[in-house]
Amino acid sequence: MSAPYAKLPGWVDYGVIPLVNLIVAFLVAGLVVLLVGQSPIRAASLLIEGAFGYGEGIGFTLFYATNFIFTGLAVAIAFHCGLFNIGGEGQAYVAGLGVVLPCLWLDATMPWYVTIIAVVFGSSLMGALWALIPGYLQAKRGSHVVITTIMFNFIASSLMVYLLVDVLKPAGSMAPETRTFLEGGQLPKLGWLMNILGLDIGGAPFNLSFFIALIASFIVWVVVWRTRLGYQIRTMGFSPTAARYAGMKEARIIVITMMISGALAGMMAINPIMGDQHRMQLDFVGGAGFVGIAVALMGRSHPVGIIPAAILFGVLYQGGAEISFEMPEISRDMIVIIQGLVILFAGAMEHMFRPAIARLFTTLTAASKPPQTAETE
Amino acid sequence: MEFFDTLIVLLQSTVRLSVPLILAALAGLMSERAGIFDIGLEGKMLGAAFGGGAVAAVTQSAWLGLGAAVLVSVGLALVHAFASITQRGNQIVSGVAINFIAAGATVILGQAWFRQGGRTPPLSSDARFTTVDLPFAEAVADVPILGSIYSNLLSGHYILTYVAFLMVPFIWWVLFRTRFGLRLRAVGENPGAVDTAGISVIWMRYRAVICCGILCGVAGAYLSLCMTAGFVKGMTAGKGFIALAALIFAKWKPVNVMLACLLFGFLDAAAIRMQGNSLPLIGEIPSQFMQALPYILTVILLAGFIGKAIPPKAGGVPYVKER
Repeated sequence: MSAPYAKLPGWVDYGVIPLVNLIVAFLVAGLVVLLVGQSPIRAASLLIEGAFGYGEGIGFTLFYATNFIFTGLAVAIAFHCGLFNIGGEGQAYVAGLGVVLPCLWLDATMPWYVTIIAVVFGSSLMGALWALIPGYLQAKRGSHVVITTIMFNFIASSLMVYLLVDVLKPAGSMAPETRTFLEGGQLPKLGWLMNILGLDIGGAPFNLSFFIALIASFIVWVVVWRTRLGYQIRTMGFSPTAARYAGMKEARIIVITMMISGALAGMMAINPIMGDQHRMQLDFVGGAGFVGIAVALMGRSHPVGIIPAAILFGVLYQGGAEISFEMPEISRDMIVIIQGLVILFAGAMEHMFRPAIARLFTTLTAASKPPQTAETE
Repeated sequence: MEFFDTLIVLLQSTVRLSVPLILAALAGLMSERAGIFDIGLEGKMLGAAFGGGAVAAVTQSAWLGLGAAVLVSVGLALVHAFASITQRGNQIVSGVAINFIAAGATVILGQAWFRQGGRTPPLSSDARFTTVDLPFAEAVADVPILGSIYSNLLSGHYILTYVAFLMVPFIWWVLFRTRFGLRLRAVGENPGAVDTAGISVIWMRYRAVICCGILCGVAGAYLSLCMTAGFVKGMTAGKGFIALAALIFAKWKPVNVMLACLLFGFLDAAAIRMQGNSLPLIGEIPSQFMQALPYILTVILLAGFIGKAIPPKAGGVPYVKER
């Protein structure tokens, strides 16, 4: 399929092209801002100011980024296997149970560093289980994982509404949420880390789960590129026929990959529940599962790309809140548009500018090199 | 008799609720039969509902609203077509993108243009579709059972409702009895063969996706110009995905699509009706369970426990002409 394209050096493929796609997505978003009758430049400066201008802003940016690292990794590892897991939203939602139950059970008796072990285990288990069924159906029954994960998002949403309204809500309370955890169910904030850098985190919920996200990114890198399982996953994604020919167990790899993916999405639930609200509320995932798609596409499914992509979306979420405060015309729905545009340009139309960039690149290199070296190439 | 009246009311709201599902699922049918997967039905419907609501509010004409709804939806469909046919991008990714763009843009533009928190101004009865009474509906209303069925169940719907139900045999006819339909199905099963016969796969698929856009546009118009008086933020509320589920549930066949949509519409209507009431023997069913039931049924179907759903063979695969 890539036959008509000229071969380009890695930094163009992994640096320039994604950047061009991203810039186009933002230019189109700027057009929308213009259409609404506002200044895109003012919006952009408010965005940067809101996300990086002060300690609390940075804290919020990194808090949101934590969510997106988890969900981005979840989508990315499935991509490596040629699977498209749209179910991160549902997996994270159900995994909220894996966070809440250990917290409710242990928070009065145990310190947070004991609870968190149970919580990491619980949330990844619940997420993995919720992804297991679509994975199994894809592997054994041939039903497309995209469709089943969409269905499972809706089923998860109904299930969690039921559980929160009818089961987990403390007696006598009206709001559909669990009780607030005691100290043992609260992750410490990372204010001290920001203090070292001379920043005051203020009320931002930037917390320890950021480190869990970084560790998860490292583990994903090790698993995908440095283990036999990762090799099998990538072979499956590259060519299922080759994987089958090499004697790899297709069904097993699909199920395991989906479970890892679900576990990563599931761990996202730690951040808002244990790190911020200290209780589970309706719809606490808030679309982070879907942002993961954009993050994985932008980050080219590599942890090194995913972390900056997640931070960029953190900037959009935090800065977007700032913009909607200053410019009421541009509500936070603007982020949803940008998200869609990023998915469109960095995902669905990722090759649109490739031929043009390739042509530009070859003319540039031809011009900069003296003609005789061309023969030795 | 009381049971019968309840049943009529229930079936009436079943019809009302299944119309957008039927239109959207038929839209998906056209696209997917031609080999273009479309999970952007939701976004197209939402965009169309907004376009219809906005134009009808400004021009005070339901028909212009319908036209605008179709235009918006076809526009979004063309984006999907460009990404997935011309650019040979991933069709799922493109569909996801369209859903997000529509969800965000409708609110941002709605707020900027009308300043009512993302909704369009409420429409007067001139600016929306009114219900149509079939001939003699009044006269036969008192005839037991048959009269009630005729005047309460069949009569008194919006014109788009009748359009939706007429689209079912029409789409069937187009797909299975015309040359266009044969070629459309062929590009979804074996595009190489179609290409060999000298027919452009690209153009064929574009036309299928445009048909999909038109039908989604009508579905969106139904939401904002019939069911409610104007556009409300996020008013599709997952209907596009239920339609997608119905399409799979129906194994990509037009008449089955209608039946599946009626079933899902019935579940929805029953869920609304049963809220707070308990059934004999079973007791009270949580309404969340009823809401999740279409998805659960589809998953069970996909698992192969109720027959097997086999999608068009070339679905999701961009066509590359041999070089």
